[in-house]
Amino acid sequence: MKIIVCVKQVPDAKDVRLDPKTNTLSREGVQAIMNPYDRHALEEAVRLKEQHGGTVTVLSMGPPQAEEMLREAVSCGADEAVLVSDRAFAGADTWATTYTLAMAIKKIDDFDLILCGKQAIDGDTAQVGPGLAERLDIPFVAYVRKINDCTASTIRAERLMDDGYDLVEVPLPALFTVVKEINEPRIPSLKGKMKAKKIDITKLTAVDIEADLEQLGLKGSTTQVVKVFSPELRGERSMLAGTASEQVAQLYAKLSPLL
Amino acid sequence: MLQIDIEACIGCGVCESTCTFGAIKVEGGIAVVGETCTLCGSCVDVCEVGALSIKREEKTVQSNLADWSGVWVYAECRHGKLAPVALELLGAGRKLAEKRGVPLSAVLLGSKIEGMAEELIAYGADKVFVVDDPALASFTDDAYGNALSALAKKHKPEIILAGATAIGRSFIPRVATTLATGLTADCTDLAIRDEDGALLQTRPAFGGNIMATIICPHTRPQISTVRPLVMKPLARDAARKGEIITMNLDPALLKPRVKVLESVVEDLDRVNLSEADIVVAGGRGLENEKGFAMIRELADVLGGAVAASRAAVDSGWIPYPHQVGQTGKTVAPKIYIACGISGAIQHLVGMQSADTIIAINRDADAPIFDVATYGIVGDVFEIVPMLIAKFKDRKCA
Repeated sequence: MKIIVCVKQVPDAKDVRLDPKTNTLSREGVQAIMNPYDRHALEEAVRLKEQHGGTVTVLSMGPPQAEEMLREAVSCGADEAVLVSDRAFAGADTWATTYTLAMAIKKIDDFDLILCGKQAIDGDTAQVGPGLAERLDIPFVAYVRKINDCTASTIRAERLMDDGYDLVEVPLPALFTVVKEINEPRIPSLKGKMKAKKIDITKLTAVDIEADLEQLGLKGSTTQVVKVFSPELRGERSMLAGTASEQVAQLYAKLSPLL
Repeated sequence: MLQIDIEACIGCGVCESTCTFGAIKVEGGIAVVGETCTLCGSCVDVCEVGALSIKREEKTVQSNLADWSGVWVYAECRHGKLAPVALELLGAGRKLAEKRGVPLSAVLLGSKIEGMAEELIAYGADKVFVVDDPALASFTDDAYGNALSALAKKHKPEIILAGATAIGRSFIPRVATTLATGLTADCTDLAIRDEDGALLQTRPAFGGNIMATIICPHTRPQISTVRPLVMKPLARDAARKGEIITMNLDPALLKPRVKVLESVVEDLDRVNLSEADIVVAGGRGLENEKGFAMIRELADVLGGAVAASRAAVDSGWIPYPHQVGQTGKTVAPKIYIACGISGAIQHLVGMQSADTIIAINRDADAPIFDVATYGIVGDVFEIVPMLIAKFKDRKCA
């Protein structure tokens, strides 16, 4: 089974803080990491490979420094790594991103399954997985929390829904996005780390993937950011005072009429 | 590309301090742009000497914008029930349609959906397009995506709104890709720009740390998924009149490649978190899953639902469906009680529209207190049991 895992390098969003004085994101000490959901996609791919044989290729579109993350993916069990990188990709929205990834995947050639994280923690759009499936004209399942059964031609899986879950059967090739519940990602093995050091990462440019330059980056994007600003938080902040039991009594008095 | 006029640049550094992405630096008295630039344009707006510009080349592929008219709401239903977000979107869509001077339509896809179209009219739709077909009994991306795309190609709406639910966020990206147009995910605010009637779509990004307003300038329809519980539905008016249009689509379009073998509704809680009037939430301060037993007890006494911060879910103390925040559910209850939650922005964006917020935390500097109607600095293991006892007595009295 040939599996492609799409991974993205993102700033660790939970460490991104708003500087109250300048009203800008303080990125000091914020690390570039592998998108956490993609880590679960990679782990699931490696598990499928271990059970059924095959190869796992990690694919990323991003700046040259994303190479580091791809090496980490190899240390966690990926066999091959492809970085699609070009200044022409800058400013790409999800439409231009799915175009670029689809062209790169056509270069990589045949595959049985594509796995992605459910969303990236920087943009939080969750649009690249389904958009890419449509570009490649393959079946798509979002929010996969368990792969129950896998043969050469079909997969049975559970997808998380707002009110429970669905058990689905999908013909291959297909694309899934996965949620965290699907597995517990492994830490890199020593052997994996050795392999990651040595591996030759395939690098592809816009020309290599035979992309129409009109469809790339900002130029190829259908959406445009017109304004970026800080969220407004409600500024209430009223603190109760006194001993614990006094505060509880005050709170009880305030809440009782509301119940 | 961001262009920097090195003749005009005075190296003042305003752009550097404005850039939320750390992409621009003043080096040797001149601004230099790096790889992390997303071309958001914030720096262009603040540059006092006009040294910065973004070259936007005209798109070669464009829709003829005037051909597209009307506002559509995808009215989600599952297991025989309309999703509450469908009614919220009719409320939001009504305002947009009135501003644009166009009709508001709902699109209803499913099987055995009698009576729902009338309900959508009562909540503000002028027209309801109905596709009632056994092939749509279960949600599949293929069939739902093909159906909505086919309807949109035929009737050409300028705006399509859908709920940012599991279903909406799964199949709407396929629709946008099929129609070769832009899509903005998980919007929390929608407005019409006065100059040109463009849809201004505002959404949180970076875990809620920044807000971005996005437009879809060259293609139609403009499509947004909208976060549930943010927009307000109109009051139900059974006397409202509207038109119900039954559509028959090519059966080939409704043949999904993915088969749904089983659809399971999980009873997570006695009370549905998104619809609960009272929510009691726990975070890292609860220390372990036993801490949640106490939270559940308080919720039970108050007749509320249990929620959690991402930290608590990531620690494995409570399952993901209870998570509130940017990557979890949004809630807007009458009362939200946050116990041992520090209040990372990604949590605050999911609960700050609650009417009354109570925060209990050991750390007086915790950001949760900034949004608290009533804050108590103290030990949750001392305060919460006292609250449980008080409200138990009240119940007995």
